[in-house]
Parts: sequence; structure tokens; C-alpha cells
Amino acid sequence: MTAITKRQRRAEVDRAVCVACGCCLKVCPLSAIEVYRGVYARVDQRRCVGCGMCAGECPAGVISVWEVQA
Amino acid sequence: MKKTWNEYLWIASLTYMILGFFNILFAWLGLLCFFFPLGIAIVKGTKGYCNHYCGRSQLFSLLGNRLGLSRKKDTPRWMKSKAFRYGFLVFFFAMFFLMLWNTWLVFAGAQNLKQVVTLLWTFKLPWHWAYRGTLFHPGVAQFAFGFYSVMLTSTVLGLITMALFRPRSWCVYCPMGTMTQLICKAKCPQKPRRHVP
Ligand code: SF4
Ligand code: SF4
Ligand code: SF4
Repeated sequence: MTAITKRQRRAEVDRAVCVACGCCLKVCPLSAIEVYRGVYARVDQRRCVGCGMCAGECPAGVISVWEVQA
Repeated sequence: MKKTWNEYLWIASLTYMILGFFNILFAWLGLLCFFFPLGIAIVKGTKGYCNHYCGRSQLFSLLGNRLGLSRKKDTPRWMKSKAFRYGFLVFFFAMFFLMLWNTWLVFAGAQNLKQVVTLLWTFKLPWHWAYRGTLFHPGVAQFAFGFYSVMLTSTVLGLITMALFRPRSWCVYCPMGTMTQLICKAKCPQKPRRHVP
């Protein structure tokens, strides 16, 4: 018997190359992303639903959406 | 979602660019877009300006997303590299100080007022209609012409990268954005690590 796993998607920011412009915050429907101290954006993994809106908007292309096991 | 007042700041940015066509002295108002972001970064240690109050980026986002004037392709890798971003910042400031130097020469009486707007640091556009002389020293006008040149150049560059890449691609190499992030980095206790799960 295989364990039932639910696959979910989450956005993740590559912090070292984020330019902290905040384009991502403006499009996130769940306000799950914030810019930390003007240095990089970070995603609240509990709120993010992995819709990818932020990734499509980010001009630096530093957001990727991953599948996670929940 | 109800819109808040700061989501309409693009109107201010647009008005600023238009006013410069009629009276160049309005260019002085652009100093706000220098001191605000820097002040917020220095005092609060955040990019609050970029994240909430920048009208120019709202304008790019509106034109690129709402009006569909952007190809929405990935910004090229070199453009978002640290070398290019910091290099552009240095170049931008070198040009800025050159502009200040020319203003100083006019103030000192060593040079006459040049009523031109310089686009992309190269092309001199005649702009004499926007200035008919005032009680102020010609140096005041020279600064306005120079500053408007800086604002027009960055707007044009931003529009080009908006069209070619993502709407707000300008934000990747915007000197104000790079500088405020550097200030925030200097003030931030932890350094960001490369973070990929
Ligand atoms: S849009 Fe991209 S570069 Fe800008 S703050 Fe968000 S993750 Fe960083
Ligand atoms: S993937 Fe969607 S929910 Fe998650 S941070 Fe990006 S925009 Fe917000
Ligand atoms: S990076 Fe420049 S254009 Fe983009 S939001 Fe910040 S100040 Fe505005």
C-alpha cells in the first residue's frame, strides 16, 4: 500500500539575486510574499498556494515554483 | 480590493514628464524621487519607496501589463547580473556628477545656459520653448535641463526594456533601486544566502 501524499506547489525566491523591487508583492493574491528589510523577497510557505503569479511578474526571474510534499 | 492613494502615483510620474515640456523648472520636483527613496532606505532600512510609492514603476507595469505593451520575455541574464547593475549605477552617477559640474559652470559664469535636453547622454534635443527666462539665476535652469535629461533618459530606457522584456525590467538595473538595496544590505544584520530548496 502506498501512502497517500498530496502534492502541492510553493514559490521560492533565490534571495542572493533578488533585487527587492517588490513587483511580486503587488500581484500575489494571498499576500504571501514580502520584501525583507529591502534586501530580498521571502515567501510565507503557509500562505502561498503556488499559483505562480509572482514568478511571472518578477523582472529578475528569480522566483521558481516547486512541488512539495504536504 | 480597494485601491489606496499610493497606487495612483503613476499619474504624478506621467504629469512630471509632461510638465517638463512646458516649463523646465518643474524638473526640480524630480529631486523628490531621489531624496524619498534614499531617506526611507537610510532611516527605515527598507525599500518602501520601490515597494509602495514609486510611480514610474507603476507606469511601466500599467503600460506593460494592462495595455499589453510588453513582450513579457525573460530579462537577459547579463542585465540582471551584479556586474551590470553596479556598473550602471557607477556610470549613472558619473554622468550625474558631470551634469552637476556643468550646472556649476553656469552658476560660476564660466559657461552660458544651454537649453537642450540630452537623451541617452548623447542626443541633444532642442528644448528652448520650455524656458523663457525668470528671476532666477540661469544656473537654476541649467540644473533643471540636466535633471530632466536624466529623468527622460531613464524613462526611455525603462520603456525600451519594458517593451522587450518584462514590464518592470527597468527595476532590475534602476540606479535608485540598486542604491537603496545596497543601503538596506549594509543595514541588514543577516546576509542573504543563495536559497534554493
Ligand atoms: S519581483 Fe523578483 S526581484 Fe523583485 S522583489 Fe520579488 S522576487 Fe525579488
Ligand atoms: S506563488 Fe502565488 S500565492 Fe505563492 S507567493 Fe507567488 S503569487 Fe503568492
Ligand atoms: S527600482 Fe527604480 S523604478 Fe523600480 S520601483 Fe525602485 S525606484 Fe522605482
